Amino acid sequence: MSQSAAPTIRLQNVQKNTSQRKLYFFGALALLLVVVSFFSEQLCPYDPYMQDMSLTKAAPSAEHLLGTDRYGRDMLSRVIAGSKTSIFSTLLLVSFITLFGSLIGIICAWMGRKTDTVLMRLSDMFLAFPGLVFALAVAAVLGGGVHNAILALAAISWPKYARLARSQTLALQAAPFMQAAKMAGSSTFKLIYKHVIPNISGPILVTAVLDIGTMMMELAGLSFLGLGAKPPIPEWGSMMSDTRNLLPTQPWVTLAPGFAIFFSVMIFNLLGDTVRDYLDPKRR
Amino acid sequence: MDKILQVRHLKKIFPRQEGGEIFAVDDVSFTLSAGEKLAIIGESGSGKTTVARMIARLIPPTAGRIFLAGEEITQAKGKQLQKAYTQMQMVFQNPVDSFDPRCTLGDGISESLINHGRSREQAKKITENLLALCGLTADFADRYPHEVSGGQCQRAAIARALAIEPQLVILDEATSALDVTVQAEVLSLLNRLQQDRGIAYLFICHDIAMVQDFCDRVIVMHEGRIVEEGTPDEVINNPQEEYTKNLIDSVL
Repeated sequence: MSQSAAPTIRLQNVQKNTSQRKLYFFGALALLLVVVSFFSEQLCPYDPYMQDMSLTKAAPSAEHLLGTDRYGRDMLSRVIAGSKTSIFSTLLLVSFITLFGSLIGIICAWMGRKTDTVLMRLSDMFLAFPGLVFALAVAAVLGGGVHNAILALAAISWPKYARLARSQTLALQAAPFMQAAKMAGSSTFKLIYKHVIPNISGPILVTAVLDIGTMMMELAGLSFLGLGAKPPIPEWGSMMSDTRNLLPTQPWVTLAPGFAIFFSVMIFNLLGDTVRDYLDPKRR
Repeated sequence: MDKILQVRHLKKIFPRQEGGEIFAVDDVSFTLSAGEKLAIIGESGSGKTTVARMIARLIPPTAGRIFLAGEEITQAKGKQLQKAYTQMQMVFQNPVDSFDPRCTLGDGISESLINHGRSREQAKKITENLLALCGLTADFADRYPHEVSGGQCQRAAIARALAIEPQLVILDEATSALDVTVQAEVLSLLNRLQQDRGIAYLFICHDIAMVQDFCDRVIVMHEGRIVEEGTPDEVINNPQEEYTKNLIDSVL
């Protein structure tokens, strides 16, 4: 018996190690993206707004690694500068909806009765609209600009977090340790702060990280449709939209921001998967 | 002797989903003196746990009144309820579930102390003493509930219940999740604590044999009602009700 037990234990250790290693790897990549977006101004080799009419639509070369667009602006600089708008706005959006949605969900679960009914029916209303179409309508009403695009996407995406936080909190409320904490004389605030939030943050964190990729796509989508960042502000979605007619002749101009979106979304999605695997209690 | 707990005409009616009502607890009255060990026994569904949970104010009663140390707590809220919880504590059926998986056992035990104004250092010291009292070493304070065995966890749960020095401890099937040898250890621990501190126990249990040595008085519940009451020997040797006879026969 003891001989057959040993390999099982070793296998579990190997699995844990790979998931931890993957977490560090994708975490480092995601951190790199965030650092690039934070220091984008210092990292740009050229001014992303500087036009050079003598060198328009140039192919990638040693001087301009990703070529230039139709105004002779350096594409590498524009892609790097665009990360500020794309990645930063996405992270802002996701943190906002995570905090706001979870707060609403906890309030619903805790108050119950009327508060719960009113807030949950409200979130049902938001869920009843097809997501991006509703965001389009909101962005169209509010007018263009990155801020309004963020608001539009926040309006449609908070209910997911509210529902998740609500169901998690409701499940917790029945747990004996919550009753024990209540009998220890803990106030409502302390119960939520010390026992509810640490216990529901795992699944919410996983959802949030997995949502970064989706939100980045939707934000780029809104910009592509002209309802996000306004030119000449570099933003990956609007850059693709501006240059899409160049795709057959000068593909690098369109593909540079395209691949930037592709790789960023992929990194954040893989990070989300890894975080989920890492936090999965069955894997421990 | 002082009456630590008085329960009068307690009722709990649950609405049934397909209409109608379930009388989970139907007109239950009893008193518990300071330092007394009272057992409530009955099969599952007899309403004994519902009684315990109503007394602990974890669910509201449909009707009836509950007095703790002479003060009515039936409708207690906020500060009044917090005060009631300094006199009354509970040990739950499943020890591991009764501790927050994200907090150490020490955090759980000291929570009530900190809530009632002790400093962290004081609470830590008291926690260590309580762990020693319950037969655990001080390093258990830094362990998480999934890192200890069920018996060790239940000892920690008893330590937590005793932290605030209550006069009444409700034990809701506190030994049923433990195996037989550990059960005996936990019972002797409870006995020792009762002799040292004079705590009253309300012992919710379905095992009539276990109650025999441990308790001063037994209440037998069946379908939400009290069907029999007396000392364990009276009830076991000379059961008056058919239901009690069946309950005893099922053990022997």
